[in-house]
Amino acid sequence: MINNDKKPDVHLFEGESLITLPFLILFPAAIAAILLLVPGDTWRRLIVQAGALIIGIASLYLLFITPGAGQAFFPVTGGWITTLMFIAEMIIAVFLIYLGIKHKKYLALFLVVAQAALLIFYETSAAHGAHIVPDLFIDQLSLIMALIIGIIGSLICVYALGYMATYHELHPDVKDRRRSFFFLVFLFIASMFGLVFSNYLPWVFFFWELTTLCSFLLIGYSGTGEAVNNSFLALNMNLLGGIAFAGALIYLAVISPGGDLLSISTLIQSGHVVALIPAVLIGFAGITKAALMPFSAWLVGAMIAPTPVSALLHSSTMVKAGVYIIVRFSPVLTGTTEGLIIALLGGFTFLLASAIAISQSNAKKVLAYSTIANLGLIVACAGVGTYKLVWAAIMLIIFHAIAKSLLFLCVGTVEHRIGSRDIEDMTGLIVRMPKVAVMMLVGIAGMFLAPFGMLISKWAAIEAFIDAPFGLIFVAILAFGGSITVLFWSKWMGKIISVCPVAELVENRISRQKWIVLSLLTAMTVFVCLAFPIISSHLIEPFVLSVYGQTARLSQDNIIIMAMMLFLLMIMPFSLLWFRKEKNIVAPYMAGRPATPDLHFLGSMGVQRQVGLGNYYFEGIFGEKKLFMAGTALCFGLILLMGTLTAGVAL
Amino acid sequence: MISIMNALIFIVAAPFIGGLVAGIDRKLTARMQGRVGPPILQPFADVGKLFEKKQIVVTPSQHVHTLSYLVFIVASGALFFAGGDLLLVIFAFTLAHLFLVLGAYSSYSPYSFIGAERELIQIIAYEPMIILAAVGMYLVTKSFFVWEIMASELPLILYLPGVFLGFLMVLTIKLRKSPFDLSTSHHAHQEIVKGVTTDFSGPMLGRVEIAHWYENVFLLGFIYLFFAWNPLIAIIAIIVVYLLEILIDNTFSRGTWQFTLKSSWIIAGMMGLVNLGVLYYLSAVVPA
Repeated sequence: MINNDKKPDVHLFEGESLITLPFLILFPAAIAAILLLVPGDTWRRLIVQAGALIIGIASLYLLFITPGAGQAFFPVTGGWITTLMFIAEMIIAVFLIYLGIKHKKYLALFLVVAQAALLIFYETSAAHGAHIVPDLFIDQLSLIMALIIGIIGSLICVYALGYMATYHELHPDVKDRRRSFFFLVFLFIASMFGLVFSNYLPWVFFFWELTTLCSFLLIGYSGTGEAVNNSFLALNMNLLGGIAFAGALIYLAVISPGGDLLSISTLIQSGHVVALIPAVLIGFAGITKAALMPFSAWLVGAMIAPTPVSALLHSSTMVKAGVYIIVRFSPVLTGTTEGLIIALLGGFTFLLASAIAISQSNAKKVLAYSTIANLGLIVACAGVGTYKLVWAAIMLIIFHAIAKSLLFLCVGTVEHRIGSRDIEDMTGLIVRMPKVAVMMLVGIAGMFLAPFGMLISKWAAIEAFIDAPFGLIFVAILAFGGSITVLFWSKWMGKIISVCPVAELVENRISRQKWIVLSLLTAMTVFVCLAFPIISSHLIEPFVLSVYGQTARLSQDNIIIMAMMLFLLMIMPFSLLWFRKEKNIVAPYMAGRPATPDLHFLGSMGVQRQVGLGNYYFEGIFGEKKLFMAGTALCFGLILLMGTLTAGVAL
Repeated sequence: MISIMNALIFIVAAPFIGGLVAGIDRKLTARMQGRVGPPILQPFADVGKLFEKKQIVVTPSQHVHTLSYLVFIVASGALFFAGGDLLLVIFAFTLAHLFLVLGAYSSYSPYSFIGAERELIQIIAYEPMIILAAVGMYLVTKSFFVWEIMASELPLILYLPGVFLGFLMVLTIKLRKSPFDLSTSHHAHQEIVKGVTTDFSGPMLGRVEIAHWYENVFLLGFIYLFFAWNPLIAIIAIIVVYLLEILIDNTFSRGTWQFTLKSSWIIAGMMGLVNLGVLYYLSAVVPA
């Protein structure tokens, strides 16, 4: 790591690109509305693909209009927008109350009513004096988030077209509600854009609640009992965060009657004394959305949803909103006890969720726990919040989004072809579905292996934590948690590449759209590893520099060495071209037992048996139940501690 | 500075040193067991003979994996001796081992499969301790770069006794010595035949053997870092440590994977962490 003590240059901005930010919020919303009206599949395909393309291009266009350093603001006149949002929030509340009554979920009912009451209180009394003009803003952090949402999110939408068609063929019992499905997905993307571009906190809150609503409805898509239960679990936990968020709004409105502090940019610069309490409340909302322990259950339960929804929730939307807001507020959290507690919460979540992933054989569950773990790590970085750690946190967000979306979509593809999402059933996938298997291997490598992205970030995090206060705890967590990660990813890789003699090729009937999306994501996983020095110097470093006045980066020598490693890693598979001529192929070693070519052998008692190999899952050590209990207790304790501390500050 | 010369010397000389160490190891082991033992140069003859054998494979991809194992072991060792970033060396080292594991997985033999699973357990058993060792060296010398750690005048071993003991423990795993030779063993036969290497034969097995030699030289180099302020003491320390490892190998029977994982995490991890905690506390309280 090299420190760079350059001062950020002040950047003045023009209003020329005012159109782009509202466009990115309104356009997906418009597409969503159209999709709700269009009945036929043909039109839907056309609109989704065109819409995704335009959103992708528009988010790339942001690269050119974002100032090189600092933030650009776009004031939005028209008080009616805020009023409209309030009305929409009330309508949503009524809708949720209706659903709560319909499904007899009284806890959700209570939470909705509580949140709505807080909002009405805020609107009617607290926010009365507010006179500031709400504005949108963009800086490198928003830009990075927008790129993730715009590119990965829209790729997932395109993938979902083919997936949902197959999904309904395979699940005839599920009512075909694809119209509302695509409506929700695009609305989700619109609200994510709104969330990362809004500077005015009540607007952030509105989009925040929209993402909660969309995820709730998407998780419950299939309408089965389990899906409904899991969707309400997600709703409850996210509403809890929403209530904390609303509390932050009221607090801010009370301490600054003019409403100046309701802007994120002003709030962050106003110092610990003023900003700490709202930062902790919003941080808590972020923790619920990012599914850290003890709230991890909703994200695990969310895997009941169709796979593109999981991909969306895990990579570009929802959980990323949670970590985004915590990274936003990390300048306020840094150096405070509350920040440290949030970081510890993240650290323990990283360690325990990684460990739980070892004991899971359901591929989607492994992915879910790995997401929870990585979100924990991001929050750990952002909570301690030194400039080096914020750098690492943003790197993690980028790399995780790409690799995780790729993995989910690969699992979805495999599931439709082999009829299972269990890792044990993926034996010899390299023979049965060679192309998808290779993409999956790239995705897995991207998650934990040098010199791929996630490892670079973990490495940077270790180096950064050493110099941070109380950093040794986190270094230890990373050392142990990092190795645990190696175990569960490697054994999955091992399953994919073990060449089982009875495997047959089943990689047909995968639509062209799916191939395009999967290939693009695979290419991006590799590309960001090659391009990360540029991503760092053009996007992350300017942001960190403008917030902290100094920035971190990897040293030149290490970048060169890693580029060499990546190159070496990429040419290694080509040696297969040379070895392919191998003629002397023999059966695997079976201790001299007579075995047939498809590995049947004569077992004891004269029974013919076939060789079956299963991975270790270490249920006794890394069992889900045990570790989840421990994590919940630990993290719940930390939250109570944080609440007490914050209340102490407030009173 | 990063020295490419040192890296080249490592690439050329390490197999000879590694083979020689293996020969001495076998001789001493034989003497401890009351046998005469093979000549010291026997490992070279053995590996040479492997390359004369006809190659048979279960699947051609085994070639890719074993070749990658060798290449990345050499690369990470070369990076270490060139004076590179210690954490990057460790990660490259893990990458190399992953290829050995994948090579074992790629054959569908139950023996190499269990060997692969056990090798993974060994990786997660030793990796945290090695990272903690690197962190300890950083806390003392304020650098992760091997060349800066080497240049430090401070006697690292006096600052890091707990870390060193923990490192010795995982070194036993890495050198494939009893009681931790779970995934494959230097000794003739184990309950899973030859574990990860069961389905490697001929030149392919030769490659794995050479990679292991490279690896051992790298590990001995890691011990050197603890004593780098005085080369003479360092070399004596390496010899003593290796003799100790041979003694341990011959006095312990093979343990279970549970034993390996728990002992290396609890004992080594604790010794390392307590040591680091003290250092961390001191550096926070007493500014240098």
